[in-house]
Order: sequence, then structure tokens, then C-alpha cells
Amino acid sequence: MTAIITRVAGSLVEASPLRAALYEMAAVGERRMLGEIIRQRGDVATLQVYEDTTGLTTGEPVEALGVTLSAQLGPGLLGAVLDGVGRPLARVAELTGDFITPGTAADTLDAAVKWKFTATCKPGTNVAPGDILGTIEERPGMTHRVLVPPGIVGGVLASLASGEFTITDTIGALEDGTPLLLAHRWPVRTPRPFAERLTGSRPFVTGQRVFDLFFPVLEGGNAAVPGGFGTGKTIIEQSLAKYAEADIVVYVGCGERGNEMTDVLTEFPALVDARTGRPVMDRAVLIVNTSNMPVAAREASIYLGVTVAEYFRDQGNRVALMIDSTSRWAEALREMAARMQQMPGEEGYPTYLASRLGQFFERAGSVRALGNPERNGAVTIIGAISPPGGDFSEPVTQAALRVAGAMWALDASLAHQRHFPAVDWDTSFSLYAAQVAPWFTEHGGPDWPAARAALLDLLQKERELRDIASLVGPEALEDRDHLTMEVAALVREGVLRQSAYDANDAVCSPHKTHALAAAALALLRAGEAALAHGTVFADLNLAPARKALVAIRDAAESDVDNRVAEAGRTAEALAGSQPAVPARA
Amino acid sequence: MTTIHAERVYRGAAAAAGPLLFLDHTRRISLGEWVVVRCPGQADRRGQVIDAGTTATVIQLLDDTIGFRPDQAEVVLTGQVATAVVGEELLGRVFDGHGVATDGLPAPVGDAIRAIDGAPINPVRRAKPTDFIETGISAIDAMNTLVRGQKLPVFSGPGLPGLEIATRIVEWARAPHDEPFAVVFAGVGITARETRGFVERVRASGAMPRTVLYINEAAHPAVERLLAPRLALTAAEYLAFECGMHVLVVIADMTNYCEALREIATAREEIPGRRGYPGYMYTDLASIYERAGIVRGKPGSITQIPILTMPDDDVTHPIPDLTGYITEGQIVLSRELHRRGIDPPIDVLPSLSRLMGSGIGKERTRPEHREWSDQLYAVYARGRDARTMAAIVGESGLPAADHRALAFAEAFEREFIGQPEGRRTIADTFEAGWRLLETLPREELLRIAPSTWAARDAAKAAEHR
Repeated sequence: MTAIITRVAGSLVEASPLRAALYEMAAVGERRMLGEIIRQRGDVATLQVYEDTTGLTTGEPVEALGVTLSAQLGPGLLGAVLDGVGRPLARVAELTGDFITPGTAADTLDAAVKWKFTATCKPGTNVAPGDILGTIEERPGMTHRVLVPPGIVGGVLASLASGEFTITDTIGALEDGTPLLLAHRWPVRTPRPFAERLTGSRPFVTGQRVFDLFFPVLEGGNAAVPGGFGTGKTIIEQSLAKYAEADIVVYVGCGERGNEMTDVLTEFPALVDARTGRPVMDRAVLIVNTSNMPVAAREASIYLGVTVAEYFRDQGNRVALMIDSTSRWAEALREMAARMQQMPGEEGYPTYLASRLGQFFERAGSVRALGNPERNGAVTIIGAISPPGGDFSEPVTQAALRVAGAMWALDASLAHQRHFPAVDWDTSFSLYAAQVAPWFTEHGGPDWPAARAALLDLLQKERELRDIASLVGPEALEDRDHLTMEVAALVREGVLRQSAYDANDAVCSPHKTHALAAAALALLRAGEAALAHGTVFADLNLAPARKALVAIRDAAESDVDNRVAEAGRTAEALAGSQPAVPARA
Repeated sequence: MTTIHAERVYRGAAAAAGPLLFLDHTRRISLGEWVVVRCPGQADRRGQVIDAGTTATVIQLLDDTIGFRPDQAEVVLTGQVATAVVGEELLGRVFDGHGVATDGLPAPVGDAIRAIDGAPINPVRRAKPTDFIETGISAIDAMNTLVRGQKLPVFSGPGLPGLEIATRIVEWARAPHDEPFAVVFAGVGITARETRGFVERVRASGAMPRTVLYINEAAHPAVERLLAPRLALTAAEYLAFECGMHVLVVIADMTNYCEALREIATAREEIPGRRGYPGYMYTDLASIYERAGIVRGKPGSITQIPILTMPDDDVTHPIPDLTGYITEGQIVLSRELHRRGIDPPIDVLPSLSRLMGSGIGKERTRPEHREWSDQLYAVYARGRDARTMAAIVGESGLPAADHRALAFAEAFEREFIGQPEGRRTIADTFEAGWRLLETLPREELLRIAPSTWAARDAAKAAEHR
């Protein structure tokens, strides 16, 4: 007896008689829309459907497909734009036009493309999951390593040949007859295996001063970026995708705006990565499930994203995974839970929100991959969070903070002043700072940790002084305090603020970051020296030094050292300034 | 295309509660299916299936249920999902919240019939909005630029002129080239007075032949509020993507929409989310707001200006909050500015246009637009801080720079945001902004590049000659 639909409520569908495995995929209705079984009670199965269910009718057939939601992994992923369940949107557009209609079937990878495969493994060798069989030059400079898929037993390689293959062609076989292909599938909700988790000491270099200097993230670590609307989460996610040091970027637009994705789709192909000389799109995989696309696919999209990221990690790449936004995933979870009439926890979210989020964030990591030759890879997760009303006490933010290694808290009042990235240095934190300090000391500058501490201290002092000034008036402050406030303001403007729209400022090397931090501190010391000679604050001419600092910020990387020298001279001049009226002895 | 299967009739409903009707034991019933309910001696009622099940089905009725007896009802399942007539013929017409003509003219035949829920634009087929729309309002053109294909809501408050600002945009907006354009207005739970005011202004501006109105007033059924914006957007999508027009969609007031959504959710006994609004309100709002944009290779566009009233002026209330997360920025009105007689009372600090970057700069507005507006923001923000400080320590206690910033903020609000003289061109807006900036010492204006100053000086010198 075929299973039929007995109930349709939003994206939730019940079917009976249907006995299947949890998380098994199903074809729902006459249009065979994609669904997933999320509850089984007697012979009634409850499914979440990844497509718009309007018009779906009771009595239509449902067929369980015997597989769980899995990602198709292989050559052709780079540059792809996929929906939440892995359908390439360009292919969907060819099939259904400008608007998405439900029930479109399209595989992630194009089975018609022939790839030039170079075998690096010889028949007769014993191979195990994770071993590299050979390589494909997927894009210029982007080598795709073809792996023995994890999950199979392995054995002696009976045959393997170089040549031109599609992803459905057999490239070789094991002695037990297991065929080998260029691509394989992996269930998205299961983390891919690796040999060993590594501690790591290398930072995920973001190119954004406030993160690298103040709140660094470890490569293979994770960061939560909570911020109310308009605080610049998306710009941060996009800047990192464009400029951060990563071999591969997986960008998941989860329940966000359609036009924002258009932005990414127009910018990434046009933007040239300075390190590879190739468009950023060549090393990116985009997963797009905008806010008006079906909610269940939104829930799946982050798992698809992390599975793709892990796949590239297993090839030995450093992968950055951007999630914009984690909150939309949590809301999708809530919506499905409510439709299943599960007992709600805080703010209506299901009680398993924190554990699911924890499991997801823990898929970040720096690992030694399975198989030979030995190689290390990393997945760094940067998850944006959209707390309702900008209130960080809400469940999603709190659940994320318990597992995140760094928090970049975005502040609405900074955003209102157009201070971007609008990172609140008071509430943000990084648990990785000490771990990555040696690397930054080596690549940025010798006194990196000291400069970081001094600047944080300066900003802290400024806040205290501002509180005092707002209580008793600025005239109660001493000259030293005025200098502190002036330099702190300059640090905010010249060091922390970074323009995503300025060609020279959009990305900043650790060297330049250090140069700016050092110049600001030198200016502070010079001012203090001048005050110590008896010059009064009102007579200090800070304008040239201020200008010099801004000049470093706006300089091209190649010109930074010249500007630093110039800033040094202005600081010296400042330190040497003489009191207008000689101080009394 | 929208017909799913044949019409069926059920006699007697199991239960009714508020706008909901429950049917037991149905066969082949579709989610979203359109329903007509007949009751002896009463007008027909319309409804929609919101939960389809073989054992229990829930129908949401659009019309009020006073005097309704479920056991005597005849429920006709039409086998169709909610649809609307669309076409160029609709221009100049007025309809109610479920698409019935209210202007005394016969119902339009239209060019096509479309499902009102629409379908998401495939993200890879969207084109990036880059065309600057000159609204004639400095606070928008200079600081929060509107571009074609954007969705930019107005966050108003009770008694603040949200609809007035949208009306002005309808009257004043100038597109870069004189392409065909249309206005589609959805009134959602607005008062008869607001409707009249808006319609009169549109008529007076001569835009009426290019306008379609869908009006659900406060006196009309609440459920209809969920339909009016969808009807409007369905009509707009046809005009934009099939007739090649640039369509400006104004929806007022989304707060009434959300209230109706909550009302229905409560009637369905759903688990409430924040402040009683349903947990899926984000998704539901997105299904409206995301119907804006430009499709690659098609000449038309949809620009959306929804208006909402922030309850108690609270921007963290779920309605403005969720809206802000979906839309591409927001124009926030300020009660304080309104009280001080500054018109339009737009508070630029919390306002934002996310697509501004692609609509401004060289060949669009002015090359220096970004740094110039950043600088205006920075000084104004400092001036606002200084104002707070001055309230505590007195103006005389402020440092000189803060003093200057405070004076700037006062002038900025009066002369730049306020524009009693009416529409301002972008050139006038720039001049007004530069005039204010030039009252300050240049070394305090860190965001203006030296090259920009040089260009400004050269332009001024040329003018003098």
C-alpha cells in the first residue's frame, strides 16, 4: 500500500502508512518535493518538506527514498551557488525560470563535465579511507584532491587510471570490487571523520584590525558575532569571506536577504584575491537560502555548509565557514518544533537548541586528516547571530556564547556613528588571544601582546574618564586625562575603524595593524613626555600626529613603512614641544 | 495553473471559533485551498485552508462570523489556491482587501490570473540594485539613499507622519531616466481618513492613472489584512516583471498586518513567541518584504516602502525588529524632532540604507558622497552626545570641539533635515551639507580626504570666477 499524505500544515507533512528511518529522505506529493522524516509514530511518519507546500493535497503519494540528506562532494563545488539542500541555483533557474517553483530535481554536481584526473596512487597499494588517489586542477591554482571516501573499508587498489572522467565514471576499483569515483556522498548531519584533533597556534587572520589585534580567532576555532539589525554583521561576514586568509570559503546565507546574496554573487567573481591572483569566487562555495525560501531547507543549509567545509578540510585546506545568520537556523528549528507541538523551552525555542548549536559549532577544528599522505586542515566557523531587539540575553546568543571561542559583540550606538566594524571592545572577548600571540608577534611586530594590552587599557580608561566627565564636567579632568581621551578617540578613529569601501583599508595585514597600534602608542607617550616638560594640554599641537596616523591607515601596504617613519617624526616633534610659557621650576 | 482539482461540497462543519472553521474527515484537501462557505439567508463567506488533514482540517474565514452556525454551513472547496487578477488594466483602479473593485467600475478582466503568495525570486537571477532614486528628501538622499529595487521601511510612531513621508516620496521621487513607472498602494487596517488623504494627494499629483490601490480599512475584517499586501505585490510583480515598469509599492501599516497575524495565530491556539506574536512571523514578513528587487534581463523593478508604527516608539518591539532584520535598512522617525517642528522628523542616526553604497558615488550622485555623509554622521553623532552631556554639566562646561559639534547638530537638524521649502534636488542637498561642514575646522573633519577638499576648493574657486 502506498503511503499517502494525511495532513499538511505549513512545511510539516504527515503520511501513512509509512515506516521509515528517522532523517530518511522522501519524495512528497505528485511533484515529488524533497522532504525528510523527522518523527515516526506507529505507521504515521512526520516529515519536514524543503519546499513550498501551498497546494499540496491530502491523498497525494509519499515515497521514502532510503537515504538520509547528504551532500554530493567532488569536483565542481568551487564557485557553485547552492540552495539549502544542495541544488545548484543556476541549474534550477534553467529548469524553472526566474522564480523558484517546488519539486525541481537537480544534482549538486554537473555530471556532464569531464575532469582531467591525474592518479597519484598505484594499483597494488593498500588504500584506506581518506587516502589521496589523485588530483584534479579544478580551477587554475585550485587543486582538488580525490579521496578514498570515508565510510568504506578500504583494501588493495586493483586499478586506477589517469584520464578524463565525469563524476559518474569509474576511475578505478578496489580488489573487493568497490568502485572508485571522483565524487561521493556524505550525510550532512554526521561530522566527517578525521585522524586527530590538533591544538594549533596559528590565527585565522581576518585582515580586520579590531579582530586580529583585540579579539583574534584561532584557525580551526569559532566565533559568534551577535548584533542587532544594522550593526554590520553581513558586511563583516562578507569582508572575512573576501579577505581572510583561507584556502576555501564556504558562505551560508541562511534566511537572509535576496539582494545581499546578489551582492555576493556580483562581487565575488569580480574581486581578485591578492594572494592567488584569482577571483574570490574560484575558492568559494555559496549556499543560499533566503528568508522567503522554505524554512525547512534553512534548517538543513548550515549542515550542508559545514559538510562541504569538512570535505575541503579533509583535502588539507584551511577553510572558513561563514554562517549568516545562525539565528535564522534556530528559528527554523523553533518553527518545526512548534508544528510538531513539542514542549517549548525559553522563548518558544525547543529545549534541544543549545545541544544542537553546540554540536554544530564543535564541527569547527584544526585536524590531521584521515589517510595518506599526511596533511592538516582546518574549519573555522564564524557565526553571525541576530538577537531580537539587540538583546544578547536571548537563548540563541547565550547558547552560542557557551561554545564560542570568541565573541565579537556588535553595538548599535557605534553603528549609528558609522563606526564600522561596530565591535564593542568592552563586551567582546577572545579565548584564543594568548594562544595566537606568538604567531602575531612573529608576523606583526615584536611587542604585539604589550601593544594590545596597552590599547585595551587606554580604551578602558577613556570609558572611565567619560563617565567622570559626564558626572562632574570635563573641566574636572587633568591634562593627562585630556590627552588620554584625545588619543583614545584617535585609536577608535584611526585603528579600530576600518572602511570596507576603501581599497587600501578594506583589508589590513598584521604588519600594518601593528604599525598603527605602535604609532598610536608612540603618540600617547610623546604627548605624556611633552606634558611632563610642563607644556599644557591646550598648547599641544596634536594635529600633525593625528594626520600622520590616518595617513598610515590610508596607505597601501607597500607604503606603510614610509608613513610609519613620518609618524615617528611627528611624534618626536610632539614630545619635544616646549611650554609656551616656561613652567615654574 | 492555479486549479488543483474539482470543486467539492461538505455539509456541516464540526466546529467554529472566531475566524476559524473546523472540518472533520475530508478527502483530497489542499493547503491554501480557497473555500466558499454558504449559510442559509446569509451572504457567502470566503476562507482558506490553513491546515489540511484527513481527520481534521482548519479553514480560516475572511469575513466576520456573527450569526454563523457551523452545523448548517455548506462548505465548498473550490480546488483553487488564492489568486488575483493582474494586468495593466488595473492601473487607476481601487480595490478592497480581497481584490473586489470599490470604485464603482466593473471588475477588471485583466491579462492573467496569478496565485497571490508568489514565488521566491531565484537569488542567482536577481540583479543588483544600483539606480539612485532622488526622493527630494535630504535625510534620505544624502544619508540613507534609496535605490531602485530596495525595500526600505519607514519606522513611524503613533502620531508621527509615517504615511506622510511615503506620500511625499510618491509625489517627489525622480528616477534617473524617465522610464515608465507605477505606484501600487496597499492600505492595511488604516483609517478612512488616512485613505482619503493619501488618495487625494495621489490624484492631485497626477499619478492616479499610474496607481493601483488595495484598501483594507480598520473597519474591514482583520483576516483581509493578510491578503491586501499580497494582492498588491502580485499586481506589482506583473507590472514590473511582465510589463517592464518600475513599480513603487507602499504598504501602510505593517503593524496592523502583524496584529492580524497574531490574532489568527492565537485563534489557532499556536504556541506564541515574543509578545504573543507567532514564532514564524519572521518568515511570514519575509514572504512579503522579499518581493522587491530586480530580475536580471528584465527592464522593470519593485521598490518597496512599507510603513509601520512602532508601538510606544520602541524599536526593539518584534514588529520593527523583525522588519529591520529583513529589509534593506530603515527610515526612523523621531518624536523629539517632530515635537520641535522639524519636518520631516527623520532621525538619521538609527536610520540606515544598506544598498546606499551601490547607489551613490561617481556618476550616480557625487564622487565624495560616502566620506561626506560619513563625516556628517560623525559630527552629528558627536553633537548629539554633547547635547546629552550639556544637559548634565551645562553648555559652558563643554570642551570647545564639543561645543562646535553641538552647534553643528542644532543647525543640521534645522537646516538640513528640516526642509520647510519642499523638495530638494541632490545638488541642493550637497550644498546644504557642505555649508554646514565648512563651519567647522578642517582638521576636525578626519573623514574627508585631502583630495576631496582640493576638489571642493577648486569648484568653489571656479564658481567665483
